Amino acid sequence: MTLTSTSKPAGDGLRFYGVWLLGIAALIVLPMIFSSGGSLTSFSLIGIAIVFALSYNILLGQTGLLSFGHAVHYGLGGFAACHMMNAVVAHKWPIPLPFIPLFGGLGGLVFAIVIGWVMTKRAGTVFAMISLGIGELVASSSLILRSVFGGEAGITTDRTALPKMFGWSFGPQLQVYYLIAFWLVLSAIAMYALTRTPLGRISNAVRDNPERVQFIGYDPHVVRYLAFCFAGFFAGVAGGLAAINFEIANSAYLGAIQSGLVLFSTFIGGTAYFFGPILGAILVTYLQLGLTSLTSVWQLYFGIIFIGIVMFSPGGIAGLLMMHRPLVRAGTLRTVIPSYLVAVVPTVALACGVILTIETVARFAGGDVINLLGIGFKPASPTTWISAAVLVVGGGLIARLTWRRIAEAWDRAATVARDRGYLA
Amino acid sequence: MSGAVSGQSAAIEVRAVEKRFGNVSIIRDLNLSVAQGERHAIIGPNGAGKSTTFNLISGHIKPTSGEVKLNGEVISGLRPFEINRRGLSRSFQVTNVFARMSVWENVRCAVLWATGHRYAFWKNVDSLPEVRERTAKILDDIHLMHRRDVPAGLLTYAEQRELEIGITIASGATVVMLDEPTAGMSNAETERAVALIRRLTEGKTLVIVEHDMSVVFGLADRISVLVYGHIIASGTPEEIRRDPKVKEAYLGEEAH
Repeated sequence: MTLTSTSKPAGDGLRFYGVWLLGIAALIVLPMIFSSGGSLTSFSLIGIAIVFALSYNILLGQTGLLSFGHAVHYGLGGFAACHMMNAVVAHKWPIPLPFIPLFGGLGGLVFAIVIGWVMTKRAGTVFAMISLGIGELVASSSLILRSVFGGEAGITTDRTALPKMFGWSFGPQLQVYYLIAFWLVLSAIAMYALTRTPLGRISNAVRDNPERVQFIGYDPHVVRYLAFCFAGFFAGVAGGLAAINFEIANSAYLGAIQSGLVLFSTFIGGTAYFFGPILGAILVTYLQLGLTSLTSVWQLYFGIIFIGIVMFSPGGIAGLLMMHRPLVRAGTLRTVIPSYLVAVVPTVALACGVILTIETVARFAGGDVINLLGIGFKPASPTTWISAAVLVVGGGLIARLTWRRIAEAWDRAATVARDRGYLA
Repeated sequence: MSGAVSGQSAAIEVRAVEKRFGNVSIIRDLNLSVAQGERHAIIGPNGAGKSTTFNLISGHIKPTSGEVKLNGEVISGLRPFEINRRGLSRSFQVTNVFARMSVWENVRCAVLWATGHRYAFWKNVDSLPEVRERTAKILDDIHLMHRRDVPAGLLTYAEQRELEIGITIASGATVVMLDEPTAGMSNAETERAVALIRRLTEGKTLVIVEHDMSVVFGLADRISVLVYGHIIASGTPEEIRRDPKVKEAYLGEEAH
């Protein structure tokens, strides 16, 4: 059971702003440390993914709405931004590029305003099913309505043709990165602020108990609708940023894969904490960029990670991290660390065994050598099969023992923390 | 406080209300009148329709026919939040709190509408002085200030029941309906809860469903006896104690 919002004592204020300033500083400094074109592209994609995942968490984590069609707002934001950029160029309007994501946001918002009232009438399965339907509907319409969506080719644009701002043409990726970083900070602050408003808190109440909310004066339908509109707006901003980054918007932006990816990022990161989706977006984008070049079955690994998180850590990465907070405060964390260290080796062995098994199956026909931790394995060789079996069975058995030790050490540490009043 | 609200009409007036589920009449010809500032208890055997009566008045379910008035204004057919905004607040028999939110947040959410902040998304909820003061006052009242940062789902049962009462009275409603507030409590806890209810509903109209007869006869100004969805008697505790119909239908065989 996690607490989304503790009312902080005033002394925490400094630390609170410190975290935000640290984040902003990191965004500024990052491209100076990792200045290669590849890193800049990765950072830009991560920035967009973070805005998108945070917007999704307004629905999932804060209001308890499971949407399978959130990419609709992202995609429409992207199309709105592309059309706006082309219109700015065509009519010579004095709107520089950094304002374009706002129009992306409006694109996402307008659709949310139009479709949201009907969609948010009910929560739960009904909402999930309608969101799935709307997602498919819009994605398929995008291929049919060519004048708006440009068919399969999509709508292209040229971000450098817009009026310059501060002398920046936004041609180089570095300038685009800073534009994305700027909107990331702005959106993150706005979305965080939203959680601390009366609407934000009532959204949490609707998530926990929509029935009871009606008996404290609120219409849960209105609360869900407003949350839906905010989520739509910020998803549109993310879509606008993507349109600027890629200089194109097409039907892939709107589709089920994109909707699935944002659900995936948000859930893996952890929905109960504001920073959860940030972690999730970073991890998933990195995995996506890294794994696709390593293995053809990267989606399989995504699936395994997702199932693992759902089964063993429903609070996501953020939930795992925050579990340790009471232990840190009670000073009992160090009693748990040794059992973690002991568990690392067999767990890694188990993971290697699983990877080796998957890759053997995947590459058996092709015969590509599997390169795992610097060792080459031939998929057709019995040595590889035996290694995989030994790693899975041996690693798995030992890993289970060490996990049990973690659980025991954890229980002892938690009991002490509870006695000292740091754990409810 | 209740005196300020249209002194003439009853706080709650139920007229000929019927509730059918399919062909089954759960509530039939229900008539009930609760005066301003009165403490009114509804008693009756299990399955008599006490909770259904609560649900009908608070808008949780709609009557098939008949009429419910709050301070003289017809409220039957309105939705629960509309009724709540008109000054009627209710608790639930099964604890019905916001489990993942802290005790403080639970009470504060219940204060927000009444203090006029509604769906505001441009105000910082932590810097609303009157909301903070009211929330703190209620937490002091229900003795849960020391548990303010604990998620409501982790409270003990008795604490959750107290929080339930806190959420119910937080809006400052003039008509408060409590559905078995002491159910499942030990004797000591019950005593504490009754004292709490007595103090917190001072000057308000109270409607309470309760099984514990000592609570009912100690707290109520008037009692209505509900049997098979129909009120067979309504009167002061003394009148109810003497009423032969009540003795036969309820107190006689089933009094514990």
